[in-house]
Amino acid sequence: MRADWCCTRDGCTTMTEARRVEKVIREPPPEPAARTPPRQATPIVPIDSIAGNALVAVIAIMTFLASLTAGAVVLVGAAASEWQSAVAREVTIQIRPTPRRDADADVATAAAIAGATPGISDVRPYTRSESAALLEPWLGTGLLLDDLPVPRVIVVKLASDRMPDLNSLRRVLAERIPGASLDDHRGWIDRMRGMANSALALGVGVMALVLAATVLSVMFATHGAMATNRPIVEVLHFVGARRAFIAAEFQRHFLVLGLKGGAIGGGMALLAFAVAHLLGSYFRGTAGEDQMEALFGSFSIGLTGCAAVIAQVGIIALVTALTSRLTVQHTLKALE
Amino acid sequence: MKQPGGAVSGSPLIGGASRPAREDRVVRFENVGLRYGLGPEVLRDLTFRIEPDSFQFLTGPSGAGKSTLLRLLFVSLRPTRGLITLFGQDISNVSRDALAALRRRVGIVLQDFRLLNHLTTYENVSLPLRVAGRSEETYRHEVAELLHWVGLGDRLWALPPVLSGGEKQRAAIARAVIARPKLLLADEPTGNVDPALARRLLRLFIELHKSGTSIVIATHDIALMDLVDARRLVLHEGRLHDYD
Repeated sequence: MRADWCCTRDGCTTMTEARRVEKVIREPPPEPAARTPPRQATPIVPIDSIAGNALVAVIAIMTFLASLTAGAVVLVGAAASEWQSAVAREVTIQIRPTPRRDADADVATAAAIAGATPGISDVRPYTRSESAALLEPWLGTGLLLDDLPVPRVIVVKLASDRMPDLNSLRRVLAERIPGASLDDHRGWIDRMRGMANSALALGVGVMALVLAATVLSVMFATHGAMATNRPIVEVLHFVGARRAFIAAEFQRHFLVLGLKGGAIGGGMALLAFAVAHLLGSYFRGTAGEDQMEALFGSFSIGLTGCAAVIAQVGIIALVTALTSRLTVQHTLKALE
Repeated sequence: MKQPGGAVSGSPLIGGASRPAREDRVVRFENVGLRYGLGPEVLRDLTFRIEPDSFQFLTGPSGAGKSTLLRLLFVSLRPTRGLITLFGQDISNVSRDALAALRRRVGIVLQDFRLLNHLTTYENVSLPLRVAGRSEETYRHEVAELLHWVGLGDRLWALPPVLSGGEKQRAAIARAVIARPKLLLADEPTGNVDPALARRLLRLFIELHKSGTSIVIATHDIALMDLVDARRLVLHEGRLHDYD
C-alpha cells in the first residue's frame, strides 16, 4: 500500500514509503509537517516594484499634461462659443440722418416696431450722449452731434427661446423709416466662427499630439517595466501556465498601474483647474481677471472637460494593459 | 551500446514497487536534429524513446547538449528536423494551449532554479497548482508535507534570496514534482548540494518514479549515477548513445 504524498491521488498523509526507503539508504526520515500554512496572498506579479512605481510616475505625469491640454481645449472651445453666441444674440438698428426728418422720432418709431416684433427681448436706443461716447475714441470729447450726420443706434437683444423674423423686421423698418437699416452682425459672426473653429482645431491638434506622445511614452515605459518581469513569465511558462492565464495576470496588474497613474495625473489636472477657478473668483473685478475671463471664460471645464479627463485616464490605462499583454505574448513566442 | 527504447530495470532501489498500467510512450524522438541558425547541427539523428514509468540518466561531457536536449523534451525548443511526440502527440501539430496542457504533465528542474524572489518557498512550490486553478485549501497540506520531506519544513515562509544554494535546489525540485508530473526532467539537480543531500534528493526522484513518473536526470556526476542501476543516455559530439 502506498501512503506517501507522491504515492496517493488524494494527498500526502503518511510517511510509510519514506521510512521504507530510509532503511535502504540509511538517512534520517523527513520531519513531519509541523503546522498548516495560512492562506497565501502574494500576487504572482509583484505589486511594489521599482519599475512599477516608475511606470506609475510616468503615466501620472503624462496624463497630467494630456489632461491639462484637454481642459485647455475645452476652455478655448467654450470661450469661442461664448463670444460667438454673445454677438449672435444682438442685432443693431442703425438710423442714418435724413434731411427734414426728426431723428429722435425715427428712433422712437424704430424702437417701437422692434419692441413689437416677436422674439425680441429688449430694445435699447442709444441716446445722443451715448452715441457721442461711442465716437469719443476717434473724435474726442465735447462733440456736438447736431453738427455732424451721425447715425443713431438701437441695440436689440434677441430672446433665447424664439428666433425673430429679421427679414420681415428689416423690410418694415425700411418701409416706415427712410435711412433705417438692420445689421444682424452676420459678417462678425462669420469671422468669429472662423476664428473659433481655427482655435478649436489648433487645440484639438495639440491635444492629439500630446495624447499620441502620452500613449507612446506609456508603451515604452510599460515595455521597460515588463522587461524586469520576464523571469516571471518564463517561470509561469515552465510550470505549464496557459498563455491566457499569464497574459491575464500581467494585463490585470498593468491595468491597475495604468489606472493608478492615470487617476493621479488626471486628478492633479482637475485640481489645477479647480484652483484656477477659485483664484479667478477671488480676484474677480480686477483688470487682469477680466482679461482672463474674456479670453478663457470662468476657468470651469465643466462636465465635458471632466469627461475628457476621465476618458484619457481610461485610454491610457487600456494602452498600458494592452502593451503588457502584447509584451507577454512576444516573450512567450520567444520561449516556444 | 543498446538499441533505443529500453526501460529501466533491475535496480534494487527502483524496481520493487508495483507499477501503474502502461500508457502510450511518454516521449519519442525519430531522427531529430537541431541547429542554431545556419550553424552546424548541435544535435544529430537523435532516435530514442522514454517509456512510461522509466528512469534514466542523461549524461555526457560539459557542452555536449544535455540542457538543449532537455529543452527539446520540454518543447521550449523546436527541432530543425525529425519527429518528436510527447504523450503520443506530434508536437509540430498541437496548438499552443495544447502544448501548455502537455507541459503541465512535465516537471522540470533547471540549473538556475528559477524561483520567484518575491514569493515565499511555500508559494514558489505551490505555483504549478496555483496556475492549474486549484484553490489554496486543496493543496496547503500537500505542499507543506512535501517541503518537510525535502528538508525545508522550517523555511516555508523564507524568500529565495535568503535560501542557500542547496535549499533553492530542493525548493526547485519540490516545485517540479508537486503536481505529480508524468515526466520529470532535471538538469543537474544535485549540482549544488553535498553528497548526502544529493542521495536524499535522488531518493525523492526514485519515490516519484515509483508512483508512475518517468524520470530523466541530466548529470555528469558518476557517483550519483552509480547509486542507481538505470538506463544511461550519453550525449557525445551531438549524438546519443543508449546504455540500458
